[in-house]
Amino acid sequence: MLAAILVIPLVAAVAAALLPARRVPAVTIAAALACLGLVIALVPDAAHGAPVEASYLRADAVSVIFLLATAFLYAIVAVYAVGYLRAEHGDDARYARRFHALFNLFAASMLAAPLMSSLALLWIAVEVTTVVSALLVALEGTDSAAEAAWKYVMVASAGLGLALLATIFLYYAGAQVLGEHFNLAITALITAGPRLPHAPVLLAFLLATLGYGTKAGLVPVHTWLPDAHSEAATPVSALLSGALLATSFYAITRCYEVAAATLGSGIPRDALLAFGVASLLLASLYVLGQRDVKRLLAYSSVEHMGILAIGVSFGSPVALAGVLLHVMAHAAAKGGAFMGAGVFRVKYHAKEVSAMRGGLQILPWSGPLFLMTVFALSALPPSGIFRSEFQIVAGGLASGQHAAAAVLVAGVTVAFFGLTTSATQVLMTRPARSLGAAAAVERGEPSAWLVVPMLVCVAVLVLLGVHPPGELSDLIARGAAQLGGRP
Amino acid sequence: MDPAPGVYVGVANALAAVMLLLEFGMLRQALVRDQVRLYAAQSALISVLAVVIAADRGLPDLYALAALSGALKIVAVPYVLRRLLPGHHGRRVPGWLSPQEEHPGPWQPRDEPPGVAGSYTLSPASAVLASIALGAFGFFCLGSLHMGGLTVPTTALAIAGAMIFVAFGLMIIRRDVVSQAIGFFSLENAISLTALVMAAGLPLILETAFLFDLLVAVVVFGMLIRAHHGSAGSLSTADLTRLKG
Repeated sequence: MLAAILVIPLVAAVAAALLPARRVPAVTIAAALACLGLVIALVPDAAHGAPVEASYLRADAVSVIFLLATAFLYAIVAVYAVGYLRAEHGDDARYARRFHALFNLFAASMLAAPLMSSLALLWIAVEVTTVVSALLVALEGTDSAAEAAWKYVMVASAGLGLALLATIFLYYAGAQVLGEHFNLAITALITAGPRLPHAPVLLAFLLATLGYGTKAGLVPVHTWLPDAHSEAATPVSALLSGALLATSFYAITRCYEVAAATLGSGIPRDALLAFGVASLLLASLYVLGQRDVKRLLAYSSVEHMGILAIGVSFGSPVALAGVLLHVMAHAAAKGGAFMGAGVFRVKYHAKEVSAMRGGLQILPWSGPLFLMTVFALSALPPSGIFRSEFQIVAGGLASGQHAAAAVLVAGVTVAFFGLTTSATQVLMTRPARSLGAAAAVERGEPSAWLVVPMLVCVAVLVLLGVHPPGELSDLIARGAAQLGGRP
Repeated sequence: MDPAPGVYVGVANALAAVMLLLEFGMLRQALVRDQVRLYAAQSALISVLAVVIAADRGLPDLYALAALSGALKIVAVPYVLRRLLPGHHGRRVPGWLSPQEEHPGPWQPRDEPPGVAGSYTLSPASAVLASIALGAFGFFCLGSLHMGGLTVPTTALAIAGAMIFVAFGLMIIRRDVVSQAIGFFSLENAISLTALVMAAGLPLILETAFLFDLLVAVVVFGMLIRAHHGSAGSLSTADLTRLKG
């Protein structure tokens, strides 16, 4: 079953490259839904039973949570892409085939990362996500996209070079206890944690946080992120932000587990807290002054990755449960928000906030849905993000980290101002009529393909916020216990 | 360091030192073709070092790794890079030379990718000095950790640290896409060196996966270099300033 989760998108990628373009979207949607179904089928085992294992693949509670976020976005964005590609690229068969082939490959690599039982394979999966998604960014063919893709691939690859170095140091540490033929299995490292030598593990954890943090968008190594997110096609932006950043953060949590088992939680938590606070504060300030909708959402992603890092650094079970819920809720909210921004782009042919006016009147469905996802990103109830951030702050206060919890609340509030100010300018203004008839935008939705996925995202957000399903709560509780060092 | 290093340690350290020198060579190189050659030479030394360690430590897996790494990094990667690099027609591409080098001398052959001579952010002399400082920093950083025990000659590890820093320096100091890509690949070589001296027993399947991954990365870098050349009309990254804030 684990292998099927990887093979299905790979087959879809090959099929997308070979089949006639009009059949390709159906293949992608079918593959994505199949993957989502398989991942959901993993939940009961991961929540209650033993981790599911098959040679180099392994799924426990933490990995299934990250898989759920990725598979959900993969499915939802596959549907959205049908409408988006039609609206933006018409019937360009060459572009559609390339897009779908890379899109499925990208999904396969992101689904692969949390399934890997070894840190070495995890690194490889994350590196593959980089090269595939850089091609997806460059696929847009504009000068800005070429620039964004180059910066992305250079910065992220350099970061991942450090992560590879971290992997080698961890092998060195592990080999001293577990023998030369040890294959960097994550569980073996955690079990052997207390006996590992401290210096290489500490160095490895710091390098891994910096290296994978580059991909996760932690300040100060986030610089590729707003460029790539804003220049990629919107379906790609949604996956980059909701799934790729989480996948990279997953790698950090795994290294954190190993480091905490060896060094105790002190230094690893302090390191994550420093990265988290820097990301949260800087990103919320950038959100405040942003004029491009997609860059705005990209900086909001940096902010949310900061919240995740702070949450892990709090370390109490409530905060860790909040972190895991936040991963899923952020995927739904950011996916929905990017898809909303994509609808605006299709409708107004622009990315700047100033060029969009009267959203609520012109887009009767997407306008309100976009507003809801923005409110969700700002952690207003009843969204899942409200619940998750509430848990993180409560966990921080419970573990005596009052100052960090206060900083978190302040940072989220600043970001709330930034997000809602821009959303208000787009949505609650009068439609621009003064520029002449040519500039006036007709009322109406471009396509139902674009609206239904947003609707699903909002529904999932409300579900996560109001009443998460019982199995999911069990899964999160187990994952939090695992992250807290109590499997 | 041991007062009298054995043959194995001496050879490993000497190979690592030559690799570091080649890294400086890449930093100074003006022609894309020569940069790729230096990279291939550095990769060849990695394979030789793998053979030396395999013979000394009795790790037969490393022979296979040496062969595989050689096939990939000495033959395949340079080949892919040369094929994917733009400018095979000897066309002079404006914008990537600094003003004082508008008239390249006779060493610039036709039918080669454009050179990257003027892509320094610092003057060449300062660039080398800065890299020496970076390299020394890396050398003492990793050297001061005193990680020994398995197969590690400490000096080789410290030199790997210096190479990592110089590779980062190369990516930062040179403002053209080819040097930056070569910088990344040589960073990967430096990490391979670290892996050889620290993690020689790493299972072959993982090493193979790393190498395959490198090949994928090289192809994608090549495609992005082409895309960049197509949109910017040069190899320089000096104009990549559209996206800010």
